[in-house]
Amino acid sequence: MDGSSIKMRVQDLSAYYGKSRAIEHIQLDIPERKVVAVMGPSGCGKSTLVRCLNRIHETAPKARVEGTVLLDGEDLYALDATLVRRRVGMVFQKPNPFATMSIYNNVSAAPRFGGHYSRDEMDRIVVRSLKQAALWDEVRERVDAPATSLSGGQQQRLCIARALAAQPEVLLMDEPCSALDPLATAKIEQLISELKQEYTVVIVTHNMQQAARVSDYSAFLYLGKLIEFGPTEEVFERPKDHLTEAYITGRFG
Amino acid sequence: MPMGSGANPFPSSSPSRPRRPARWGNRIFAFLTGAGAVILVGIVLALFVFLYLGAKQSIDTFGFRFFTISIWNPFPYNVYGIVPFLAGTLITSSVALFVAVPLSLGAAIFLTQQAPRWMRGPVAQLIELLAAIPSIIYGFWALIVLVPIMRYDIEPKLYTYLGWTGLFSGTPIGLDVLTASLVLAVMVIPTITAISRDAMAAVPISQKEAALSLGATNWEVTRRSVIPYARTGIFAGIVLGLGRALGETMAVTLVIGNSNHVPKSLFSQGQTIASGIANQFLEASSPLELSALIEAGLVLLVIALAINVGARVILGRLQTGRGVGQE
Repeated sequence: MDGSSIKMRVQDLSAYYGKSRAIEHIQLDIPERKVVAVMGPSGCGKSTLVRCLNRIHETAPKARVEGTVLLDGEDLYALDATLVRRRVGMVFQKPNPFATMSIYNNVSAAPRFGGHYSRDEMDRIVVRSLKQAALWDEVRERVDAPATSLSGGQQQRLCIARALAAQPEVLLMDEPCSALDPLATAKIEQLISELKQEYTVVIVTHNMQQAARVSDYSAFLYLGKLIEFGPTEEVFERPKDHLTEAYITGRFG
Repeated sequence: MPMGSGANPFPSSSPSRPRRPARWGNRIFAFLTGAGAVILVGIVLALFVFLYLGAKQSIDTFGFRFFTISIWNPFPYNVYGIVPFLAGTLITSSVALFVAVPLSLGAAIFLTQQAPRWMRGPVAQLIELLAAIPSIIYGFWALIVLVPIMRYDIEPKLYTYLGWTGLFSGTPIGLDVLTASLVLAVMVIPTITAISRDAMAAVPISQKEAALSLGATNWEVTRRSVIPYARTGIFAGIVLGLGRALGETMAVTLVIGNSNHVPKSLFSQGQTIASGIANQFLEASSPLELSALIEAGLVLLVIALAINVGARVILGRLQTGRGVGQE
């Protein structure tokens, strides 16, 4: 894999909601500081897959996981879940800023969990995170305004800033643009290509153009199984599996 | 019409449109529902008028001093001030909330965040059942079970260890302000628990996952995400509980000791507005005492309404602060 090291290794991973199996026997290597797109039709398990990568899947009722996920070679499921979630951040499909908090307090939420920072240190973290999320210029005058006063696209970038403030190593994005207009989508995509300088990014998308634009590697899931995984160019230009080909040429999905 | 144009853009609604057959039904329906609304408003107004007329003698006699006279004395003075009742009401309600709010919130948090799922529904229903128990039953239970426990076990210990605070001085006999407060606490716990449980259960999963995904512990999720989001409902629950505590009559009357004096400590016998009226109304010694009791009722009504209105104002502010409709 062009010499970069493996950040996360998914080994024989299956996940369940009660008796129904959402993904089965997934095998996947996520290279460091790359963008990996996970695509597939609705209900194929792509969200479930990323939700296993920060152990948020298991917080759902009756949810269960089999197999292993390694983060820098360590078994994710042997570590403390809250620590895992600090190292592996997440941005959700619908922007979900803390509705009762200001912009500032949203971004400072993660450092405040467990940690104690002086006002100065906190200011630095908040400003840096907002800048990384390309939101600072739009909110610098009103960081104490309610987070819900922002537009949908701004709220989503706020959620990215909030995730970055935890100083994660990996950032999971579960269809981060599906609730946004094209302009806001373009901003987030631009942001993703900047983020990979520092972070490993896994993005779930059902938008193939988006996967082609932002990702270095692409995974195609169908009915809970990993059908194909490889460098994005190859997956799109020379798909090995006829299902992948059918999907990316728009014949189903 | 803000547009100021004379042309009717919707020709189909011109007067020549055929009438629909259901018109009479509509009229009758509108009349019946309207009458319901008018009658309700009328009853409330009538209540105020009745209370004011009944209290007029007392209002004329004591004026504003009704709120400063600290005795309720039919004999020999025939002088009545609301201070003893008001003190009893405020003390019992505050102590009741002081005890009930932490317990109720704890129960609501447990039921929505911690308890195993199979347990949540049944226990929540059980708690709501508690709110339906008639207050005389609580009073009975308090008199038979709680009073002896207070008298022989709890109050002597409070006296020994916390007597120095002044809150627990005097003779612990069980029939007192503290016991009344605890009965009230037991009675408002179901109300506060049920309403704050509903509010916490209504917090969107996305708000909890936001905190979880940042590495929050269960407690941090509750404290930083669930409670702030549910604060409006929690507050509403507390206010409803307070409303119930302020007006509760029967159970309090049975255990508060019925003394028309300002309580000196939580071990004093006392009287709330409601218990005072219940105790003395039928045996009022003079028309003036009767009138004073009615004025006390008017005061209770005004307090209850004020708390309700105040709560609505605060709720309105909290909701605007949250930016409802944008989430």
